[in-house]
Amino acid sequence: MTASVFFGCTFIAFGPAIALFLFTIARDPLRVIFLIAGAFFWLCSLLLSSLVWFITVQISNKESSSQQKGLLIFGVVLSVLLQETFRFGYYKLLKKANEGLLMLSAEETMPISIRQLAYVSGLGFGFMSGAFSMVNILADSVGPGTIGIHGDSQHYFLSSAFMTMAIILLHMFWGVVFFDSCEKQHWWSLAVVVISHLLVSCLTFQNPQYVGSLVPTYIIVFLVGLWAFFCSGGSLRNLKLCLTCKDKDFLLANHRPR
Amino acid sequence: MKSHAMCSNMVRCLGDGNTSLQKLATSIVFFFCLSDVSCNSVEQKIYVELNNTVPCVRLLNATHQIGCQSSISGDTGVIHVLESEADLEWPLSKGPNPPYMVLLESSLFTRSIMMKMKNESNRVAGVAVVVPNTSPPEFSPHTTCPNENTGVYSDNYGPNLAHCNTTVWNPRGNGLSYEEFDFPVFSLKEDNETEFIKQCYLDHNRAVNGSAPQYPLCAMQLFSHMHAVTNTPTCMRRNDINFSINPEMVCDPLGDYNVWGSIRPYNDTVFGHKENESVVIAAARLDSRAFFWEVSTGAEGSVSGFVTLLAAAQALREVTHEAPPTRNILFAFFQGETFDYIGSSRMVYDMENGKFVIDLDNIHSVLEIGQVAVHSGTNLFLHSDPVSRRNNTVNDEVREELFSSFFVFLLVEPNVSQPLPPSSLQRFLRAQPIPGIVLADHESAFNNRYYESFYDNAANLNLTYPSDLSPEEQLEFVTDTAKSLTDVATVVARALYKQAGGNESLVNNIKADPKIVTQMLYGFLVSSNNSWFQACHKHTGRYGVLGYLGLHCFVFFCLLEPSPPEYYYLLANLTGAATNLTQSQCQKPDELPNESRQMYSYLWVQGIVPPNSTERDSFCVRASVRLTKAVSPAFELGEYASKDYSTWTESRWKFIKARIFLVASRDLEMLTLGVGVAVLFTSLLVTYFISTKADVLFSSTREPASAAY
Repeated sequence: MTASVFFGCTFIAFGPAIALFLFTIARDPLRVIFLIAGAFFWLCSLLLSSLVWFITVQISNKESSSQQKGLLIFGVVLSVLLQETFRFGYYKLLKKANEGLLMLSAEETMPISIRQLAYVSGLGFGFMSGAFSMVNILADSVGPGTIGIHGDSQHYFLSSAFMTMAIILLHMFWGVVFFDSCEKQHWWSLAVVVISHLLVSCLTFQNPQYVGSLVPTYIIVFLVGLWAFFCSGGSLRNLKLCLTCKDKDFLLANHRPR
Repeated sequence: MKSHAMCSNMVRCLGDGNTSLQKLATSIVFFFCLSDVSCNSVEQKIYVELNNTVPCVRLLNATHQIGCQSSISGDTGVIHVLESEADLEWPLSKGPNPPYMVLLESSLFTRSIMMKMKNESNRVAGVAVVVPNTSPPEFSPHTTCPNENTGVYSDNYGPNLAHCNTTVWNPRGNGLSYEEFDFPVFSLKEDNETEFIKQCYLDHNRAVNGSAPQYPLCAMQLFSHMHAVTNTPTCMRRNDINFSINPEMVCDPLGDYNVWGSIRPYNDTVFGHKENESVVIAAARLDSRAFFWEVSTGAEGSVSGFVTLLAAAQALREVTHEAPPTRNILFAFFQGETFDYIGSSRMVYDMENGKFVIDLDNIHSVLEIGQVAVHSGTNLFLHSDPVSRRNNTVNDEVREELFSSFFVFLLVEPNVSQPLPPSSLQRFLRAQPIPGIVLADHESAFNNRYYESFYDNAANLNLTYPSDLSPEEQLEFVTDTAKSLTDVATVVARALYKQAGGNESLVNNIKADPKIVTQMLYGFLVSSNNSWFQACHKHTGRYGVLGYLGLHCFVFFCLLEPSPPEYYYLLANLTGAATNLTQSQCQKPDELPNESRQMYSYLWVQGIVPPNSTERDSFCVRASVRLTKAVSPAFELGEYASKDYSTWTESRWKFIKARIFLVASRDLEMLTLGVGVAVLFTSLLVTYFISTKADVLFSSTREPASAAY
């Protein structure tokens, strides 16, 4: 539409991600490296799944729309499964790397914990996923026109931006939960992560009924976010302490260095 | 295109905005749509490209710029379909969503409406004119007095005749072609695209019960940014700026090639005055123009004239071989006459400066074929210049030789004190008083109702074919128009022969061929891709745009070797002789004893396909036909502000396109921006809060000592 829509949608889609990056990742070079590696792993998964889809589309019957729709669903499911597989692969790689880093470094403790790695890798996945979802749409939102001349809904840009924001946050939460369940060998929670990812992706088939896809997605964001919060050591008590600004007393009482 | 079909298939899929698949598909679609540049799914949901549009471009002369200009990133406006002149109130003052893009039917494309829009141009983003298939009763965007400053009549020469004081030649002219508009004006055809635009307007832009229409509104964007500004001296100066390795040109002088041929050949390397050589010049003009770029056919304005002259040239071929006349006949076809006589002023300049095969003193007389469509009756008018006729010797020559040459038609001499119509002869008279006649079908004002307009087409000449003919049959069918033009051509040929001092008894044998005339009319006005043109031509390939001056340089490249125009080949075929030379000999005829490139042009033409074979019967044509450059002398001399010569240039541009889409309201856009900024600030605040309190939030009861945050 114009520059205002471009910036509006960019901030909506990437606002939380930029904020997280600025405040938690940008200071620590090691975290930046792992973030980019995570993004790269997501990219590899996309490449593989798009290769498979490309081949299947070529050998399919291009005229039949039901077959194309079926192929689409197949492509979505395959992509989700491949992304989670690569996430698992990244987890395994990080475990090995951490042992190696520990051996090489002079310090006693690991420079970066698995929890932090989970968060960073999830955010990396989210960044790349958001970029691929949104950049194409943002590029077209700069022009003077808006969607609708062929009868489509006008709210395409806004809803894409909100969806992208949800997906980025979700990837981050999924990363945390995924690594945590791999550490604790809770395979059922791993399955729940994969299923929720599949659910969110399949919800987008509801588009252009954007309400039907965005509202459940945000509910899932909230739920998974809560789960990730509890997985990473949070609790209601901590939350209450923080919100009522009693954390200083708590810290002093517990002699925890900041 | 196959890849485009696949892309559009995928567009349907991608339309769901499906997140995971978007990621998938973006990479795939990018991957194998690399060749198809337009395959961007989101863009296709927003914009509809308009393909059949013709822009109006900018032309400059020594003092002014004319034509249309858009801003560099296109002009966007809310579409408004104008219903009447009173409806102009809406885009110009009442409408709540300026700027507007006004869509006009051609009946509303008048001077008063365009001038009103020009005055309120901050509310008008552009104009789109829908050109119908049927012509309006009359329409001429040219001025009422064509070429009034570069003709022969001025304050020094026939001042009472100058500036159309006695006769207004084009009374229907509204001068729109010579106005300057600072918004783009495009023309659309009456086809599906235009229907789509009107439907979009009806769906979104109609005001219901006087209230403002609701967003989103249907809008159009026109791109036709012209690089040149102000006038020719300015743009030529900017052409010469050499800051970078690839200097960017902003404008090009209008010009192309004149075609001339003669009965007796001239040595192409010997210029200047020729002793004891007396030449009758038969002239016609080749070009025409319209308000929009490159859509002019000039059926009555120019095609009628040069087709007649070509037919006359062909009619004279045999008799001049049998009994050559005493004087030579030179057929001259001038290009660029619309724009202040580019071609004829250049030829006169070349003659004056010894750069042409003959001199002005060699010219015995001039016969020019003007607009000879002969609509009603059988009147042909012989226009001559009253000022030079006052000079007695010239008067007598004109009287005796030229007027007596004509018969068959009812030939009428218009009022003696009437000036010459706009014609190439005026440029010859500017240099030297030469007896001359302009042959035309109008006594005073033009009969042509569509002078220099895009409606001057085959229908204007009443060129109709029976509906059940195939294109090949139409090519051969002799129409009534062709018959009347053939009669004119016969008259012209006989007059020329007599004028050149030929044998009087053979005059009645000269007859023009109606078949050739009708084939030429078909080729120039209906379809140039026909078998006869292909047979005359060097190769099947591009047939240059007729009428408009063939600009060989535009955008960033110049065609190094412009291919010679159609009329060159036609004149060669009609006046030349077929030879037995092979193709290689045809390209290098100087090696043969009797052939000389200096005297003749040798052209290898395709020929026709004989009935029983597929190979064309190609052969070499030898003709005394030449091309000479038709660029205004002002550019040779570097006098870009010249008052004597044509200084017309055409601006360059990068791309010209048009598209329609919906626009959202400003409020929605600002809301989106506001929401975005709010989300950003909120997330910055929350993240800051969380990150500073991280160790409190994410501590658990038993924390292994090795964990570090």
